[in-house]
Parts: sequence; structure tokens; C-alpha cells
Amino acid sequence: MHTIPEGQLKRQHLYDLAFRGVTRIFAFLVLTILIGILISLLIGSWPAIKAFGPGFLTSHEWNPVTKQFGALVPIFGTLVTSFIALLIGIPVSFGIAVFLTELSPLWLRRPIGTAIELLAAIPSIIYGMWGLFVFAPIFAEYIQPWMIEHLGPIWIIGPLFRGAPQGIGMLSAGIILAIMVIPFIASVMRDVFEVVPAMLKESAYAVGATTWEVVWNVVLPYTRIGVVGGILLGLGRALGETMAVTFVIGNAHRLGTSLFSPGNSIASALANEFTEADGVLYTSALIELGLILFLITFIVLALSKVLLYQLAKGEGTRT
Amino acid sequence: MNALYRRRRVINFINLGISMLTVLFGLFWLSWILWTLFAQGFNSIDLTMFTQSTPPPGSKGGLANAIFGSLLMSLLATLIGTPIGILAGTYVAEYGRRGWLAPATRFINDILLSAPSIVIGLFVYTVYVANVRHFSGWAGAFALALIVIPVVLKTTENMLRLVPDSMREAAAALGAPQWIVVSFVTLRAARAGIITGILLAVARISGETAPLLFTALNNQFWSSDMDAPMANLPMVIFQFAMSPYRDWEALAWGGALLITLSVLGLNILARIIFRQKSTLA
Repeated sequence: MHTIPEGQLKRQHLYDLAFRGVTRIFAFLVLTILIGILISLLIGSWPAIKAFGPGFLTSHEWNPVTKQFGALVPIFGTLVTSFIALLIGIPVSFGIAVFLTELSPLWLRRPIGTAIELLAAIPSIIYGMWGLFVFAPIFAEYIQPWMIEHLGPIWIIGPLFRGAPQGIGMLSAGIILAIMVIPFIASVMRDVFEVVPAMLKESAYAVGATTWEVVWNVVLPYTRIGVVGGILLGLGRALGETMAVTFVIGNAHRLGTSLFSPGNSIASALANEFTEADGVLYTSALIELGLILFLITFIVLALSKVLLYQLAKGEGTRT
Repeated sequence: MNALYRRRRVINFINLGISMLTVLFGLFWLSWILWTLFAQGFNSIDLTMFTQSTPPPGSKGGLANAIFGSLLMSLLATLIGTPIGILAGTYVAEYGRRGWLAPATRFINDILLSAPSIVIGLFVYTVYVANVRHFSGWAGAFALALIVIPVVLKTTENMLRLVPDSMREAAAALGAPQWIVVSFVTLRAARAGIITGILLAVARISGETAPLLFTALNNQFWSSDMDAPMANLPMVIFQFAMSPYRDWEALAWGGALLITLSVLGLNILARIIFRQKSTLA
């Protein structure tokens, strides 16, 4: 019988260890990237953290001349535009996912699914350009006047829809963000709707439920966690979106009660001011904005992943 | 039919109708954006766009330097990011069945995948640009590579998981050491899927603007010096679109159409490759 020489076995064992070691190092590298981002942003923003302390988060001042900086306006803009995006994006994504999983004939599923996913592939700068040159003028000409007339006088929400119809502003940024996050939320919702066991749905149909009742009372409760995970994933995208927002938000550093007024988000403030910032404090205040953005999106995305993993885990145990 | 039935049917009808409308809503934006791009950008795409560099305001020119810069930085970013992504993905899928590192890497990678790209730019700025004290093509390539890694890692892992264990076991039963099993059997079986991932990563970075803002910046002139600021399509589009000059705006639309077509083309190509593979398997 032919035997493999001892030396060759040893050598192969060594190769094994080396290969495993190399891949392990690179996996570790990915972890260090994240830690590196956190540490480098923390170091970069240290002068601003030292100068302004926690007050940075609540101050609405942003004055490069007097070197007074506060993050309230960009944080506010980021949250408001993302909130608008979700307000529009969630129901639309839900509708698309329902169509793709329950209503669409089989042959139409792939083309429509692909088309919606291509919406996610369009670079954000294209959304920005299109928003500024095409969407904003139409919005200012036809839609904003209608909103001012019909929504403006309404109690409580009225003030949100007052002011000059300029086209650009927080509302436009939110709407364009909505279009951008729809494909992300819709594709997660579609994926989680597909894991619902056919038997559950068929049982509901068998006792006479309509398609809508199956979706609302069977599919949605079953996939609740995954749906929230998908929404958070979309939120994570919306919070950090830069170019699309930079084009249409108006880049004004002030707090307005109206959604028509121009504002600023963290990402757009960075995009506009960072390369022109002079002085250590100005730069580090902007880096601190980046750090805040990173922490917010980190929390949102981590939560989203935890929820989606839970759903994936539950899939194996439930029958 | 009693009232309750009718009510349920009406609700069903209305809600499913709304669901169809939402699909039209989504497709409406896609077609509107594409239509705008063609209407505005088609006339700007001609030979001079590929042969001449970006002009000063008021004169004719092209985007050659920006196209070159984008291609060069995307290529380098892919060359840097792809091996890292594949190797890390291999670890997570093949060796990560026990221990803490693989789940942790998967979790962090999922976050990096969706992390704001402007923060990646800021990161490269603070660790590299701020230290060498000038913007450069290398910095841009590094920033883009950091975006390639999570995309490639994720698809590599997913594709390796699709390879049935019986293949690994068959190779091992023939006496192949594990490194041969992984590199010549499972990675090879997952090849089409991994290529899909790389194409998607290239598509993703070729339109990214935010990470280049603080790294590669921009350059008016033709430059192949990776250690100097480098022109690139997204930045030129950003600068030209925001400018008051009509020539610049027209060029920006041309560039926008060019980028969108290549990104959508890469996406569709990736899908075709993956689908062919999955029908063969």
C-alpha cells in the first residue's frame, strides 16, 4: 500500500494552518475598520468635544466667525427628513412587497422586483441632480401652492406647510429620500413575507379570509420583527444619505417650523462645509457631527440586524 | 350576500388596488428619472466627452480626465477591497462555525454595508489625508475600497453557504487538505456568485460621491498621479451641476447619464451571470 510521506502530511497541515490564519486575519481586519472609524472620529473631534462638551448637542448656534458651534440644527434636519422619508416609504414599500408576494402573476415578479431594485442602484448624486433640476421646480409650481392653500390653515399641522414655495427644503429632501429608501425596505419586506409558511396562509384562505385579511392578520403578525428590521435598515440609509439631500435641502443653518424652509442635515453640512472649513475647531466640530451621525446610524442598523437575525433564527424552530 | 361580506370584499378590493398603485408609484419615479437623464444628457454624449478634459467655464470640453480618474480609482479600490472581502468572507463561511469572531465579523460587516459613506470619507480623511496633508487619488481609492469590502464579504459568505457540505466532504474524503477543499472546491463552486458580488461592488462605488469629497477631491486637469488630487465623475457632476454655467450643466447631465448607464448595466450584468449560474446548478 502506498503511504503518504510524513513530511508531506506535515507540510499540508502547515498550509492548512496558514490559510486559516490568513483568512482569520482579514476577518479581524473588518472588525478593526469599525473600531478604527470610531477612534479616529473621536480623536478628530476631540478639540470640539473639549470646547463645547455635551452642550454641542443642544446648541443651535453655528458660527464659524465667532467659533461657536452646535449640532442641533443638522441633527434636527437629519431626523426630520428621515422621518418624512419613512412616513412615505413604509406604506409604499409595504404595498410593493404585498404585490410582489401575493398579487403579482409569477412571470411579472422578477421584472418588477428587478426594476424596484434598480431604483436602489441609481447613484445618489443622480437623485440629487434630478431633485434639484426637475423635481423641485415642479414641486414649487404645482404641489406646494396646493399644500399652502389646503393644508396650511389646518389646526396643529398647518404651520408645517407655510412659507414661500421654493421647491427646495426639508420636505423635498424627505420626499426624495423616501424614493431612495423604498427599494431597501420593500426588498426586506418581500424577503420576510416569503418565509411565511404556505400552510398558515392556506389555512386562513380555507376559512374564508380575503387576500387582504391574510396579509394583514397572518403574514404581517408573523413577520412583524422582520418588517421592523427592514424599516430600521431603510432608516439607517436615510439618516446618512448625503448627495441627494445636499442638492435639495437648501443648506441653511436655521431651525424653521415649516417643512418648506431650507435646512441642513448632518451629511449635507459635512459635504458643503468640510473642505472649506478653516481652523482646528471648525474642522473638529464637523468631525464631531460625523461621529454623531455614525453613532446614530450604528445604533439604528445594529437594532435592525438584531431583529432580522431573530426572525431568521425563529424560522428554524417554528414549524 | 350580507353587509359584512360586502364590506370585507370592498376593503380587500381597495387595499389590493392601493398595493398595485404603490408599485406604479415606484416604477413611476424610476422611469421619470431615467427619462430625464436621457432627455438632458443624451446630447452631451459624443466623442469629445471622452477625448477632452473638463473645460473652464464658457468653453467646450469633455470629461476625459474625470472618466479616467473614476476608472483608475475604482479599479484600484476593487483590487484592494476584493481580496480582503473574499478572504474575510471565506473565514466567516468556512471556519466560522465555532467561536466569536465569525458572528462578530458578520454583524459588523452588515453595519458597514449600510454605514453612511460620507463617514467612510471622513475616516480616510482623518487617518490619511490629514497626515499627508494633501488630497490624493490614493485616499479616494482607499475610501472606495472600504466600501467594496463589505459588499464582497457579504456575497462571498452567502455564496459559500450555498455550496452543499457534501462537496466539502467528498473532497475531504479523497484526502484533500482543508485549504485545498476551500480554495479549489468551495470557492470555485461559488465563483459565479462571487463575481456577481464584485460587479455589484464596482457598480456601487462608481456612483459614490460622498467618500470622495474629502479624499480625492477633484482636479481640473488630466492627471494620472495617484498622489495628487484626482478628477472623478461624481465630483465633476457635483461641481458642474451646482454651477451657474450652462456648458458645465450640460456636461454634468452627460456625465450623469454615463454613470447611471454603467451602474445599471453592471447591475443587470451581475444578475444575468448569477441567474445563468443558478439555472445550471
